[in-house]
Amino acid sequence: MKKITFITSDNQSIVTEANSGNIMELAVKNKVKGIDGDCGGVCSCATCHVHVEPSFWNAIGAPDELENDMLEFDDHVSEFSRLSCQLQVSEVPDGLVLKVAK
Amino acid sequence: MTPANNKQTCVIIGASHAGINCAFSLRKDGWEGNIILYDGDPEFPYHRPPLSKAYLTSEPHTPQSLLFPKENYIDDDITLKLGHRVNAIDRKEQNITLEDGTTQAYDKLVIATGARPFIPPIQGIETAKNCFAMRTALDAVNIREAFNQTAKKRVVVIGGGYIGLETAASLKKLGAQVTVIERENRVLARVTTPEMSAFFTELHQKNGVHILTSKTVITVENKGDYNVVTCDDNTTLEADIIVVGVGIIVNTELALEAGLTIKNGIQVDASMKTNDPNIYAIGDCSFHYNPHYKTNVRLESVQNAVDQAKTAAQAICGDASIIYDSIPWFWSDQFDIKLQMVGLSTGYTDMVIRKEASENSFSVWYFKDLTLLAVDAVNFAKAYILGTRFIKSGQILDKTKIEDASTPFKPNNFLKNEN
Repeated sequence: MKKITFITSDNQSIVTEANSGNIMELAVKNKVKGIDGDCGGVCSCATCHVHVEPSFWNAIGAPDELENDMLEFDDHVSEFSRLSCQLQVSEVPDGLVLKVAK
Repeated sequence: MTPANNKQTCVIIGASHAGINCAFSLRKDGWEGNIILYDGDPEFPYHRPPLSKAYLTSEPHTPQSLLFPKENYIDDDITLKLGHRVNAIDRKEQNITLEDGTTQAYDKLVIATGARPFIPPIQGIETAKNCFAMRTALDAVNIREAFNQTAKKRVVVIGGGYIGLETAASLKKLGAQVTVIERENRVLARVTTPEMSAFFTELHQKNGVHILTSKTVITVENKGDYNVVTCDDNTTLEADIIVVGVGIIVNTELALEAGLTIKNGIQVDASMKTNDPNIYAIGDCSFHYNPHYKTNVRLESVQNAVDQAKTAAQAICGDASIIYDSIPWFWSDQFDIKLQMVGLSTGYTDMVIRKEASENSFSVWYFKDLTLLAVDAVNFAKAYILGTRFIKSGQILDKTKIEDASTPFKPNNFLKNEN
């Protein structure tokens, strides 16, 4: 079981636990405000944008080309931006902290 | 939310993208009363877009991708009545009647009945072997099973719209021999421009899908193990599986019989309210006003379903000022192509095509004079995102710079100089 924490744009901290699936689904399941995942997780809608807590960035890594294209011109993009539908629980470090983008 | 609302009941007819998102949004927005959803489809509410795409090519027995996990319905006290069709709405008594004759009272009613596939009156289609539409989870399961059971795997897709082409691409990937028959002189004729139609025709042909246009299927004959499909120009094809994707019929019957205003769908105001103050209509079945394009439209998309669901929920929870004003967006995956579209191109006067250096990566920008109406992005999400931003901002763009692929793809490079 991995512990993954979401911090919403109004600074609410939501601690979740999961073994599998993607991070967007985990956020929707835990009603994390600001993560919608309208396209169902196929990197088409950008409604699951998060900022990775910088200390975890190296473990998470940069997005691929499509995801990067989705993020580059987003109004709230940062150097730690990812789309959470593209992050698998099995591949992220335990204790990960993600800030939900506005 | 006033305490009086504690005992109120919101009934939602239709448990797909629109209905389900409305239910969860109602809870989020403070609705404390009952929420009861009805749907004729017995399957636990699922994402529809993957049915013709990833689901069709996934491993056997892959479960449907659920809209929300089952626990969330329990946590939020949302009652699902699946496999229950609604027969009538009584506005005076404020109740609905199910097909078994039982009734359920409502204080607020949301109609999210969507649409159903149109099966054209082709002679013999009702008795055809392995003939399916592509709308529900069951359709996708049936198509997959039929595919696995037939030896020759000859597929005829009737209708070259998005559903038809996506299904064709998925079955081709699985190794089928696929022919798409389109009545118009190009595929996607109803939904996009000749340039995009040409691109997708070529894409399918390169991948080995046969595309036949300007042909109408007139008969289907069941030969036992397979069918013979005959077109109006006497073209005949043998088909082990037939997929019908020629369009939909909007499910407006309940609303019509209840005396609600029907145009090209159920007429709603800016908050998704019908002409009955206690009844809302959302998703594929709603005919609504888009303030950005200043026009009434009915849209068949996930975006429209989800955003209208949220708008209606807020209105039902007492937000009198809510206005639906989303810019429509849509996507389609076929072979290695991701098409992303934003805006409504209807009424465009000119069009700019920008081709990127990498193959099969381009964008089409639709303008009405100086105003950007819509962008279609093919394997180039940047254009989709930036197009969305420009459509919202209404900034005046320099079309020649967009067209010139040597102009680096940066927002400021495309803005028309102010002076």
